Amino acid sequence: MGKTFQKPEALSDAITHYCPGCTHGVAHRLVAEVIDELGIRGRTVGIGPVGCAVMMYNYFTFDFQEAAHGRAPAMATGAKRVRPDLIVFTYQGDGDLASIGLSEIVHAANRGEKFTTIFINNAVYGMTGGQMAPTTMPDQRTTTSPFGRKVADVGMPIKMAEMLTSLETPGYIARQALIKPKYINRAKKAIKKAFTYQIENRCFGLVELISTCPTNWGMTPVDALKWAEEKMLHYYKLGEFKNPDED
Amino acid sequence: MGKVLMKGNEAIGEAAIRAGCLNYFAYPITPQSEVAEYLARRMPEVGGVFLQGESEVAVSYMIFGAAACGERIFTTSSSPGISLMSEGISYISGAQCPAVFVNIMRGGPGLGGILPSQADYLQSTKGGGHGDYKLLVMAPASVQEAVEMVMRAFPLAEKYRNPVMILGDGLIGQMMEPVEFPDHLKVEPSNKNEWATNGMDTRKSKTRNLVKTMYLNPEELNAHNLKLKAKYEQMAREEILYENYNLDGKYKVLIVSYGTMSRVCRTAIDNLKANGLEVGMVRPQHVFPFPHQAINQAASKKSCQAVLSVEMCMGQMVEDVERSVLGKRPVHWYGKCGGEVPTPEEVMEEVERLLS
Amino acid sequence: MQNEVQFAGFGGQGIMLMGQILAQAAMQAGFEVVWIPSYGPEMRGGTAYCTVVTGDRPIGSPIIRNPRHLVAMNRPSLEKFAPSVKAGGVIFINSSIISIDAGRDDVDVLKVPIIELARDLGNVKVANIIALAAFVARSKIVDFALLEAAVKDKFSEKEKLIPLNMKALEEGRKAALKS
Repeated sequence: MGKTFQKPEALSDAITHYCPGCTHGVAHRLVAEVIDELGIRGRTVGIGPVGCAVMMYNYFTFDFQEAAHGRAPAMATGAKRVRPDLIVFTYQGDGDLASIGLSEIVHAANRGEKFTTIFINNAVYGMTGGQMAPTTMPDQRTTTSPFGRKVADVGMPIKMAEMLTSLETPGYIARQALIKPKYINRAKKAIKKAFTYQIENRCFGLVELISTCPTNWGMTPVDALKWAEEKMLHYYKLGEFKNPDED
Repeated sequence: MGKVLMKGNEAIGEAAIRAGCLNYFAYPITPQSEVAEYLARRMPEVGGVFLQGESEVAVSYMIFGAAACGERIFTTSSSPGISLMSEGISYISGAQCPAVFVNIMRGGPGLGGILPSQADYLQSTKGGGHGDYKLLVMAPASVQEAVEMVMRAFPLAEKYRNPVMILGDGLIGQMMEPVEFPDHLKVEPSNKNEWATNGMDTRKSKTRNLVKTMYLNPEELNAHNLKLKAKYEQMAREEILYENYNLDGKYKVLIVSYGTMSRVCRTAIDNLKANGLEVGMVRPQHVFPFPHQAINQAASKKSCQAVLSVEMCMGQMVEDVERSVLGKRPVHWYGKCGGEVPTPEEVMEEVERLLS
Repeated sequence: MQNEVQFAGFGGQGIMLMGQILAQAAMQAGFEVVWIPSYGPEMRGGTAYCTVVTGDRPIGSPIIRNPRHLVAMNRPSLEKFAPSVKAGGVIFINSSIISIDAGRDDVDVLKVPIIELARDLGNVKVANIIALAAFVARSKIVDFALLEAAVKDKFSEKEKLIPLNMKALEEGRKAALKS
């Protein structure tokens, strides 16, 4: 009998520093599996965020750049423009991508840069200790919205996938979730599609992944999964919003 | 190719191509936008990459991403734009990536004005962004020198794995002078496979490269900064560059000036000489590392009664001049800013005032 | 020997081009040369000026307070810059639109109705070339043949315009000799 389960070659042996119940590990594994399956490890350059995943390069076995907060899409643009033969992806959280790096992601997507972005949306700033993010849900308590996010004061959560879908430039935009096996399988398919479009030099691709942060949400991992499914999925609709085959 | 009459900004763009840099990202800002306009046409002709970024912040990281792949890369901007790029420049310096930045200075602070200035001296020579880092800073005084410096900047950036800045004032960018372009640079960056994220297949390696700036362990960060410091010390040993003017005679005043301002001073020195007053000048061509020793020596001459730092700003380089002269002679500053370029007559008056 | 020429007028009168052509001719003559524009908001509609400095040794200050010569293409430029011209220099006046005098008796004043002359050639756009030719013919700052070569060089990508500009040069030269 052959092996039924093994670590992707694209993942290193390092033990991750993520909290129990955190979904970064799931996202990392999906990316690594896709890179293995597409056979692109030797020409892939990952670009990490600032946030909990800042040291993600420790968990992968290919070239990596560490970006400044929010600037990964600009770095990916630079790398991909001067080396179009490389496969370049950014991996960014919601504070990184939807707040400080909003300009960079919007313009990269609008130029149709041929790289891939994995966007982790867990509705909170993780590394800095649970502050409000642009994606924090209405009335959700965080350390900087201790009485819950007040929409009248700070507006509604930003739907990044929908916002980027509104751009006229062709692209691949999808939102999936990392909270149940059926969603996780779909998430992997979306990630693979985004990378495939890049390999074919077709378009920019972004996969938003609804994730959990049990530590900063103040929940057990199981409750966090439940909360994400009940509170987030009705607002952050899953699915494929845009692909370059449409039109 | 013989001499051609060319605007400084355009010549800078052409010089980069001849240095083998076929990648350029930029954001428009007066008075250097002609570089982008020139390269928007020229890069496609030579199969190069041109991209107008959405902001100077984004451009500085496009530079970082490209430099991290080991490709020659440069950008041009002007003072407020360089402030925005300073975040990226700090990261690029920390990550030890080679890149070339051109600052065609305008007056500040804030929006300031668009006319020539040298008010970014301290910003460029003392770091500029956060953290302990330095740039190798070259200060051309003519279009020809700007071309030669741009072409030297790339190999030096690669030698030190550190950003190099060309610090020109608005006039260097805007004026036209005859230029003779040196031959194309044939030197390829030699050691990039050791550090660049150019893809493992590219360098036929089984180990990956990592470009980063974060060292959470204090001992590691200290060691990293010591490594950077050693590079700046090596620059101070190997990259001092300056030009002496009229230092043979018994000069009574020593002028220290760079860039366009130094040309005004040269005319002032010639005129004073004709009037029977000897004045010498040291012109730093690299402002970091700074020619402390040369200035100290020149100031120490018996005949020299005072040292005058002449700048198109409110007195920034004068701090380095004071550190050079070490109290041996009184050090003075003269300058104007906001696009008011001191005339030779004004410099002459200032020298005469010093001696009266 | 250093020479400085200030060209000044409205934006759109081809001020920068005149200076560039002279600078090109001076370079071909083997002089050191610098061309400096005024740049900034005044580029559109207001006063535009540029300075050309030529010399037989490296040019020091590119900033000139007192130029040797002035080419004034409109009245505000003449009023602003005529007082600063060095004694013995040439002040060129576009007499088509400037009705006043230079107010100097220590300079060589050359008045040419360049707009009318250009119109006679069938294209008012060459007025600046007529002015440049008249100024060069009078000041002898560079050899006239080198000026012709510089004009040809400048229009090398628009060859159709060269014969018209050659006529303009000739018209300017004649005007300088006449007045």
